[in-house]
Amino acid sequence: MATNIAILRRPLDPTGAWAWITTVDHKKIGVLYGLTAFAFFILGGVEALVMRLQLAQADLNVVSAATFNQMFTMHGTTMIFMVVMPAGAAFFNFLVPLQIGARDVAFPRLNALSYWLFLFGSILMNFSFFTGSAPDMGWFAYAPLTAANFSTSSSVDYWILGLQVMGVGTLAAGFNFVITIINMRAPGMTLMRMPVFTWMTLIVSFLIIFAFPVITVAITLLLFDRMFGTNFYDITAGADPLLWQHLFWVFGHPEVYILILPSMGIVSDILPTFSRKPLFGYVTIVLAGAVIAFLGFGVWAHHMFTVGMGRWATSAFAVATMAIAVPTGVKVFNWLGTMYGGSIQFRTPMLFALGFISLFMLGGLSGVMHAVVPVDLHQQDTYFVVAHFHYVLFGGSIFGLTAATYYWFPKITGRMMSESIGKTHFALMFVGFNLTFFPMHFLGVLGMPRRIYTYAPDMGWSGTNMAVTIGAFVIAVSIAVFLYNMVRSARVGQPAGANPWGAATLEWSIESPPHHYNFAIVPTIRSQHPLWDEEANTVEPPPLPYVDESSIHMPSPSYWPLLLAMGVTLVAGSLLVWQAHAIAGLTMGAASGALALISVYRWVFEPAVATEVAEGAAAHH
Amino acid sequence: MQYLARSPEAEHATTTGLNNRKLLMWAFLGSDAMFFGPLIATHLIYRTESLQGPIEEILNIPVTTISTFVLLMSSLAMVLALAGIQQGKMGTFRFWTAMTALLGMVFIGFQMVEFTEFAKHGLTPRTNLFGSTFLTLTGFHGAHVTVGIIWLWSLFFASFRGKVKQENSLDVEIAGLYWHFVDIVWIVIFGVIYLVGAFGVEDRVLEGAHALAGLGG
Ligand SMILES: [Cu+2]
Repeated sequence: MATNIAILRRPLDPTGAWAWITTVDHKKIGVLYGLTAFAFFILGGVEALVMRLQLAQADLNVVSAATFNQMFTMHGTTMIFMVVMPAGAAFFNFLVPLQIGARDVAFPRLNALSYWLFLFGSILMNFSFFTGSAPDMGWFAYAPLTAANFSTSSSVDYWILGLQVMGVGTLAAGFNFVITIINMRAPGMTLMRMPVFTWMTLIVSFLIIFAFPVITVAITLLLFDRMFGTNFYDITAGADPLLWQHLFWVFGHPEVYILILPSMGIVSDILPTFSRKPLFGYVTIVLAGAVIAFLGFGVWAHHMFTVGMGRWATSAFAVATMAIAVPTGVKVFNWLGTMYGGSIQFRTPMLFALGFISLFMLGGLSGVMHAVVPVDLHQQDTYFVVAHFHYVLFGGSIFGLTAATYYWFPKITGRMMSESIGKTHFALMFVGFNLTFFPMHFLGVLGMPRRIYTYAPDMGWSGTNMAVTIGAFVIAVSIAVFLYNMVRSARVGQPAGANPWGAATLEWSIESPPHHYNFAIVPTIRSQHPLWDEEANTVEPPPLPYVDESSIHMPSPSYWPLLLAMGVTLVAGSLLVWQAHAIAGLTMGAASGALALISVYRWVFEPAVATEVAEGAAAHH
Repeated sequence: MQYLARSPEAEHATTTGLNNRKLLMWAFLGSDAMFFGPLIATHLIYRTESLQGPIEEILNIPVTTISTFVLLMSSLAMVLALAGIQQGKMGTFRFWTAMTALLGMVFIGFQMVEFTEFAKHGLTPRTNLFGSTFLTLTGFHGAHVTVGIIWLWSLFFASFRGKVKQENSLDVEIAGLYWHFVDIVWIVIFGVIYLVGAFGVEDRVLEGAHALAGLGG
């Protein structure tokens, strides 16, 4: 190591920005995920507001039809891949090691790589706004519409390449959390003692490693068609126009559960804390999550009831889709059972958890309606569908993630968020949400199609659309309140202490914010509620034994995850350059490929704990 | 909950007792299977849908049988290489690792000849659906083999610098898992793509079924 030139010397104890750039600490990576996701949440929200302005009245001309296409495409893509998934990853990262009694994830550097690939992939895709060719074909990118002869600009290429880079990072994170949860649990932390949030993380990680390869294939084939002239989606060469839809939705439906299961886990952890009683039917909730994930791979064609699949296939997918409502309903009843007879405290996290349950249930009910094929034929591609999936993904996922933010903010920052501002935030967001999305059901039934950029005055949709637009701005205000609350509380909030809510799970046994090594001594777990003494009806204060910190060896920071992510993203970008200028593209591809290869090689031969640190610690003994 | 004084070794023990990196490889292979699955399915859907150009009659079964045999033998060599390092016999390890990589390179050589032959007969990825699906599927498999070859040579050369030894035979075991998986994928490709395609196995199964039905009736 000593022979390295200074810039590539391993950062042993960096400070300031370098501490974040080279970090392999799961807590810092979690915070990076969270902040980045929030930034994209604002970007995706602005895209939504642009659409709502354009649709507020009939025949408006706020933006052109082409810009409107970019807005709905990037709004959907951003909210799914750059907001809800990374916000979930933020909590996976921060919480899972703490909840299972581990000092880090199984592969800390791989974890850093996941974050950087997510960030750079997102930037690559959004860079298209500066070249004037932002993706404009819908977040589902249906081929043959996206084939080279129909989508001639490079907008589809930006979408494919950005998603490809992000997808590699997501896959790496999926592997990391599967291994972490299976293999890094503290003694006594059996699978059936894990907090439900950790359980849902495990299930989501399995969904990721089995669903993401399918979208990888779908977009790789599309990229080959567009760049190298293959025929996978070329109908003039005899291709099946439904191939893309099948591949996309085989990924797409499990993706829905990747987005919602983390919030189900969050709510399952919050409800017992604020009901002051254990989760009702823990085993059933865990099993229901697993069953939902399993069935989730067998229902994809309910997105395709109008394409003419034939009677048998359509019926089979309809029945399977209805069946998946059963485990979902089981979960809702378990949550109600948890609250039943409890002494409920209406703190802000609890309010958002209750918002989640009610709104998600509405979204679930309209979802079952889509399983009824004749009804679906009328609802397909109308605002009814837009209403449905916003109830599930905003009313469900985002409300759950907001509840998580209020609940774990004290653990992350060491300070409480303001209750009064939090309750204002909840009231505004709950009202704004329902004002925005409930009327969309009516618009859908009245026949307003999705993705239209304007409509005629005599359609009778104008008043309802105005209400929707007003609702969207109420949501925007609520998010501003949320942001203010976070910034303010991080600086002047009440000090939180280890366990401000009197919660039962392991992450509340350590300081807030936790030491970089999490647990001074790895705890031994005896029950599902390690911090609750159920017989004495007390929250057990964890005895913290003294420990010599220099004896704890944590993984050292590293440059290579960052540089590898850069190399991979630049290789993807070089394909775009190559289309415009062959030589420039090849040069850039070769240089960035070399960067990636060198990074892999150096990473492999870099010990997880730098030798200087290990030797220094050894000298102490 | 309680805190027990624990030795540093115990803190590094995993819950299942299995090594993290080995589990990672298993998870990756499960995921990789979901990568090859859609590629194989796409090929089967498009098998006879091409509107022009050569399709599966172009496949050379005898030659590919040889290359399949070569790849199978490389898996045997891989097993012997792992046995070598586990017993601390570095010479045995190096010989069989080099043999595995060389057999893999022979397989890639066969594939290059095959692709060149196809191009001479006018079949490229752009020609028709068959060219697109077949060459993409087998191309991605070839890329997997190539990664394996680079990995094996890296282990081979690292062993001379003392970085691969009996204590970390796990590094070799993980590479072996990958190598065997890539072999198994090829067996599936050979069976489903080559044999079904060239011998019209599907038609024969149908004929057989009809014959059976005839006997029964
Ligand atoms: Cu679905």
